[in-house]
Amino acid sequence: MDDWTFGWTLALFGMGGTLLMLWIFSVLIILLRKIFPVKTEIKSEAKK
Amino acid sequence: MDSALPTALRALGLGLSNLGVGEAFMLLVGCLLLYLGIRHRFEPLLLLPIGFGALLVNIPMAGLMEEDGVLRYFYETGILTEIFPILIFIGIGAMIDFQPLLENPKIILLGAAGQCGIFLTLLLALALGFTQLEAVAIGIIGACDGPTAIYVTSKYAPHLLAAVSVAAYSYMSLVPLLQPGIMRLLTTSKERKIVMGAVRRPISRTTKIVFPIAVTLTASLIAPMGTPLIGMVMLGNLMKESGVVERLKNSSENEITNIVTLLLGLSIGATMQAKNFLRWETLMILCLGLIAIILDTAAGVLLGKLMSFLSRGKINPLIGAAGISAFPMSARVVQMEGQRYNRKSHLLMHAMSANVGGQIGSIIAAAIMLSLIQGLGT
Repeated sequence: MDDWTFGWTLALFGMGGTLLMLWIFSVLIILLRKIFPVKTEIKSEAKK
Repeated sequence: MDSALPTALRALGLGLSNLGVGEAFMLLVGCLLLYLGIRHRFEPLLLLPIGFGALLVNIPMAGLMEEDGVLRYFYETGILTEIFPILIFIGIGAMIDFQPLLENPKIILLGAAGQCGIFLTLLLALALGFTQLEAVAIGIIGACDGPTAIYVTSKYAPHLLAAVSVAAYSYMSLVPLLQPGIMRLLTTSKERKIVMGAVRRPISRTTKIVFPIAVTLTASLIAPMGTPLIGMVMLGNLMKESGVVERLKNSSENEITNIVTLLLGLSIGATMQAKNFLRWETLMILCLGLIAIILDTAAGVLLGKLMSFLSRGKINPLIGAAGISAFPMSARVVQMEGQRYNRKSHLLMHAMSANVGGQIGSIIAAAIMLSLIQGLGT
């Protein structure tokens, strides 16, 4: 593979992939916050 | 006996009699690194052992990097096997706090923009005639993350390790000098004065525990070549957040990190032999590293401007500069710049979110790059 094809493939897919992956993580955080809210934890600790 | 004595005496001065111009110059470079580390406190934990390693390895006839040399042993055991950077990642994970990011997840995207310099510098390095794998190693300086740069370089271009590591750590420590000018150049006075509201959102303990596990699985399934990097950081973080292995967490962030930092620094210093270091490529790599970090900052600020526009002025674009991995220096720089233009502006927590995003972003960028290279069969 020539240098430019290599470089541009890495640059475009690398940058795009990083952006996409971090966006997935932001969605993941929002989901985790919804699935495991603080209120539920406080209630379960109070029961104990 | 008569002839043995002068011969033995001559052997005492062998180092001095074999000292060439290159070695003498590198001894000065070693002293300069020690000076920067000790006098100016520029990354002293790294620059001190690197500088001293550079001194030791450039003393003629000492043989520390020869076949049985002690520094060669450290280098082959820890750097060529990639063990040292991997162990450092566990310590980083044990020290990192994802709380600001968990409170304000949309800011994580700034951590992606902060990696832009990696890929643009890679293209520049190719244009300057470096081979494909050398260009990858040079581009990774833009991750602004020493262990990531060392991991990738030792994998693909170990002969560039000294230049890449020195560039990565030196520029990380120069962030407070490099970033403010770029931030001022790319933002208007009105933008710099934007006050961002406080984001205080309680995060459950379960979320903090599940987050490193979920990130490891997601990232590793998409970019499996980066599993050693992301896996070790998240292992360290899981030990911290779970709260059940306090001894392991303490060892990771203290003893393991300290020992490995010392050996890593010495090993990098040991690669700075005059015959390997004094080349045009080294100078070019140092320049390209600088460009990488400037591009990272510029891309972060520009994405910050876009987010500011889309949020109708609720986001201060200065926080984009903290999208690089230099933690917590760049977040502090953003806070200071914000305060300079508006005393009521407190950007630190937002910048910390971006900075943590930058730490994850640099590892993810490396992971994706490693997987792409494997896929391309280079």
